[in-house]
Amino acid sequence: MDTDVLSAPYVLEYTYQRSTGPVIGRFLTALRDARLEGVRTSAGKVLVPPLEYDPETGEATGDPVEVGQSGTVTTWSWVHAPRRFHPLDRPFAWALVKLDGADTAMLHAVDAGTPTVMATGMRVTARWRAERTGSIRDLECFVPAGGASR
Amino acid sequence: MRDVAIIAFAQLPSVRRDVTREEVELVQPVVAAALAQAHLRREDVGFTVSGSCDYLLGRPFSFVMALDAVAPWPPIHESHVEMDGAWALWEAWVRLQAGDIDTALIYAYGKSSLGDLPEVLVQQLDPYVVAPLGADAVGLAALQARALIDAGRVTERGLAELAAARRRQAADNPCAQRRAPRSADELLAEPYQVAPLRAHACPPISDGACAVVLAAGDTARRLVSSPAWIRGIDHRIEPHQLGMRDLTASPSTRLAAERAGALGGRFDLAELHAPFAHQEVILRDALGLDDGVAINPSGGALSANPMMVAGLARLGEAATRLMTGQGRRAVAHATSGPCLQHNLVCVLERDV
Repeated sequence: MDTDVLSAPYVLEYTYQRSTGPVIGRFLTALRDARLEGVRTSAGKVLVPPLEYDPETGEATGDPVEVGQSGTVTTWSWVHAPRRFHPLDRPFAWALVKLDGADTAMLHAVDAGTPTVMATGMRVTARWRAERTGSIRDLECFVPAGGASR
Repeated sequence: MRDVAIIAFAQLPSVRRDVTREEVELVQPVVAAALAQAHLRREDVGFTVSGSCDYLLGRPFSFVMALDAVAPWPPIHESHVEMDGAWALWEAWVRLQAGDIDTALIYAYGKSSLGDLPEVLVQQLDPYVVAPLGADAVGLAALQARALIDAGRVTERGLAELAAARRRQAADNPCAQRRAPRSADELLAEPYQVAPLRAHACPPISDGACAVVLAAGDTARRLVSSPAWIRGIDHRIEPHQLGMRDLTASPSTRLAAERAGALGGRFDLAELHAPFAHQEVILRDALGLDDGVAINPSGGALSANPMMVAGLARLGEAATRLMTGQGRRAVAHATSGPCLQHNLVCVLERDV
């Protein structure tokens, strides 16, 4: 078999800008201010991160709602070998975190040091970056509640 | 509804990396083989539709280059879905309901090896609050596995036993990629990829292609001796935010199964598109399958998982078994998106 294969580098990227709209845009702007905001559905549920439409009914969602900076881990996984595009460069947990005051959980990283610290139902709290730009990564990660925060 | 059947299925053996063939060269042999099985010439096909993903090749409209495999001149009636080929089959089934054509060719291909697959798959996620985190498919599936373990529905050993069973079945499938037998104890000795998932509970990275031919009513009966009739087919989707879903259940599979007439029926076999071992547990429960149903006799997506192909291959594998007399009634399933977000269910039946 001929194994003399030609190859060339290729960068996978979006080369255009998108508007984030009134709901996601507001969420991202709140992140820049180190605040976490959800949105209330007509049934009274608080969705965090917010959506423009209630996934259960398709109705437009309503008022923004500020939620807590701490929450409860509903499930988690442990990354032994972070990839170059991951939020942390040392072993960490992915977790779904139901923030205080929210009815849905959001995905983020937990900087727990070791998997033995992690458990479903544990409490975590947000750690913010000093320089914030209006991105989900302004929230650097969550840390176990009571643990060190920068 | 018009009776439509799967009358042919061909696939390439899945491999970790095919460095010598371009996409069109993967598609051509499976299209030729499927048409030969169906006793059809390409110019007799009423409708052609494919499933593939631009992100794998890193090039927009990459499916256009694969079209040469079906020699689309003079011009043909053709379509494409940026999805697994199972959804291309769905489109073809809908198209055949119009009644003006009697046959359709569906093909799917994926060279998952071209890039770093976990990194490529991040591109399918919410671009605002999930993709910037770089949440890869294994990390997300591991969240689902943990939730299922926490709920007491499976154990890490249970996942290893399931993976060992699929390997035993894959040993009989020349197109499967993971065919070497391993005991559950051997598999449990593997390190975690992303805990609680070890490599055996995750799919292999695969390059491959497959093709299916559909035919309606008397045309199907005329072309082959035992068509695998589509008695019901439906697909449903769940919210894209993982934290808004119960990851331990698959309500979209359940609803699609209900609409497809797959609940409460008696099945000889099931081909379930469960790239991760724990997802098979969730799907089995959603479909209400008992121990009497042979699950993934092909070895399933744990044994070969070419992106955009593995779902259509489930329908093709199930149909082939019916057409060759290894059962009379089967349920086939395909999935798309992270953690079983979008699910298609198809009931197949052979005439007695």
